[in-house]
Amino acid sequence: MRHRYLPPSVTPRFVPVWRRNFLVWRKLAVPSILGNFADPLIYMLGLGYGLGRLLPEVGGMPYIVFLAAGTVCFSTMNSATFEALYSGFSRMHVQRTWEAIMNAPITLDDVVLAELLWAASKSFLSGLAILIVAWALGLAASPLSLAILAVVPLIGLAFAALALVITSMAQSYDFFMYYFTLVITPMAMLSGVFFPVSQLPPALQSLSAALPLAHATALVRPLLLGEAPAQWPLHAAALAAYALAGFYLCVILFRRRLLQ
Amino acid sequence: MAILNNGGAAAGAAAEQRASRVAPGASGAPVLSAHELRKRYGEAEVVRGVSFSIEAGECFGLLGPNGAGKTTTLRLALGLAQPDAGSITLRGFAVPQQARLARARVGVVPQMDNLDPDFTVAENLLVYGRYYGLPEREIRARIPALLEFAGLTARAGARIQALSGGMKRRLTLARALVNDPEVIFLDEPTTGLDPQARHLIWERLKTLLGQGRTILLTTHFMDEAERLCSRLAIMDAGRIIAQASPRQLIERHIEPQVVEVFGEGVRDWAREHARGLASRIEETGETVFCYAARAEPLLSSLTARSSLRYLHRPANLEDVFLKLTGRELRE
Repeated sequence: MRHRYLPPSVTPRFVPVWRRNFLVWRKLAVPSILGNFADPLIYMLGLGYGLGRLLPEVGGMPYIVFLAAGTVCFSTMNSATFEALYSGFSRMHVQRTWEAIMNAPITLDDVVLAELLWAASKSFLSGLAILIVAWALGLAASPLSLAILAVVPLIGLAFAALALVITSMAQSYDFFMYYFTLVITPMAMLSGVFFPVSQLPPALQSLSAALPLAHATALVRPLLLGEAPAQWPLHAAALAAYALAGFYLCVILFRRRLLQ
Repeated sequence: MAILNNGGAAAGAAAEQRASRVAPGASGAPVLSAHELRKRYGEAEVVRGVSFSIEAGECFGLLGPNGAGKTTTLRLALGLAQPDAGSITLRGFAVPQQARLARARVGVVPQMDNLDPDFTVAENLLVYGRYYGLPEREIRARIPALLEFAGLTARAGARIQALSGGMKRRLTLARALVNDPEVIFLDEPTTGLDPQARHLIWERLKTLLGQGRTILLTTHFMDEAERLCSRLAIMDAGRIIAQASPRQLIERHIEPQVVEVFGEGVRDWAREHARGLASRIEETGETVFCYAARAEPLLSSLTARSSLRYLHRPANLEDVFLKLTGRELRE
């Protein structure tokens, strides 16, 4: 059983698997983009302008700017999470697509890598869409905001990896509700997406400091304003660590589940 | 292997294609050999010392009731599960260590259809060919012949959900051929199909054997095994309990004539008359099976009794199977 804990062994053979998911997405691109894009956008504009009118400033900036940075992170997280949970589970369990792929000379590790990168790729589009709107509305004018394009993939990888851990343990789609209710939704409240972390009681603030979404907002919000984020290497390293640890863990769990 | 692991996908694939052409049984080595395989899941040992070997061009059948360990044996042979003990060589490659190289020219038809529902018939073949790292041109060039083989040329653009069970099976078989395999693994290829669809699959498998390909199939249909397989292994409870050609199995393990008798008073007749006339008798439910070298004495004893109905037939593989694995239900 020792081989189950070996580090993932990945090869470029993951590419056709990633491409398979991309081709399916392309067939349904229009509704998919609408769903990933329109929904968070409506919330951002509605709350940002509507609620924002009641607030003088949040975190030293107009609320719509504050919320735009949060929405980039939140939308990326949601998109990566949904893809790695629901679509990943469909491909692994319901459609047995992974089983078919693994009869070809492609290993489970490569399949999981492809799923990770695919979910991150898809979530990149979600983050990018919000960013484009922020630019178009003049909410972000600094060239430094371009650096967000490098942060979004990190956010996507971290949340895709965490979601794959959940997928590797799921027996049905119902299981994912626990993850949303117990992890994702509380995390959104604790990570400075809708309001500053400084509003939280001190105990929750220290919990927040460990959350991947809090690291994401700590990077994206200053960049949107054109400032270099304080301690940016720490935040980037934290997201990378979530991605790597999540990937390693889910590979072990998928091996246990599928390579018995 | 190191080069393959670190090299580009195309280079790796090309090297594997080259490697995979040199390796196999040109020297007369078996295409697949398994030696003393063992596999345990928790408390249950589902494969308990299985050994067999398959020569190039053979159709080898693994026959057994549900839960005998057939599918696990296939998974072990493909390198999709790690054996607890024993060794496997597939196309000259050690499995599971070099399973990926071995699988480069192996086709697999799984027990449950796992066609990609998000793609059309032709797209399924194209996307699957890419998993083998085959050049795009090569795959596209093969698709028309594969569609024709599956009888699905007119359905190339159809969605998978629109296909019948038989069409899906044929497409799965065509998909397993996209990499021009030397060996094809089929796990219960005709389970759930109607007779027409089964016969069509059998014809296709015979065509593949005629092309010199090697087939390993699992089944619990005796007629399928008898029709297709040059050699059979009967598995039960994780072990191979008999291994030979279908004819040899029948000759070795069973009397040539069978008379099945049923009707009012069959048990009395069996006790009073049949015991002396048949070399072996099995009673199950309302039927008495009489196995004998000669059936005439039994038949003349039966013609006098109008309450009994009977069927006289030559012994077949199913008789061997039931004799060796018993008549109880397996769940």
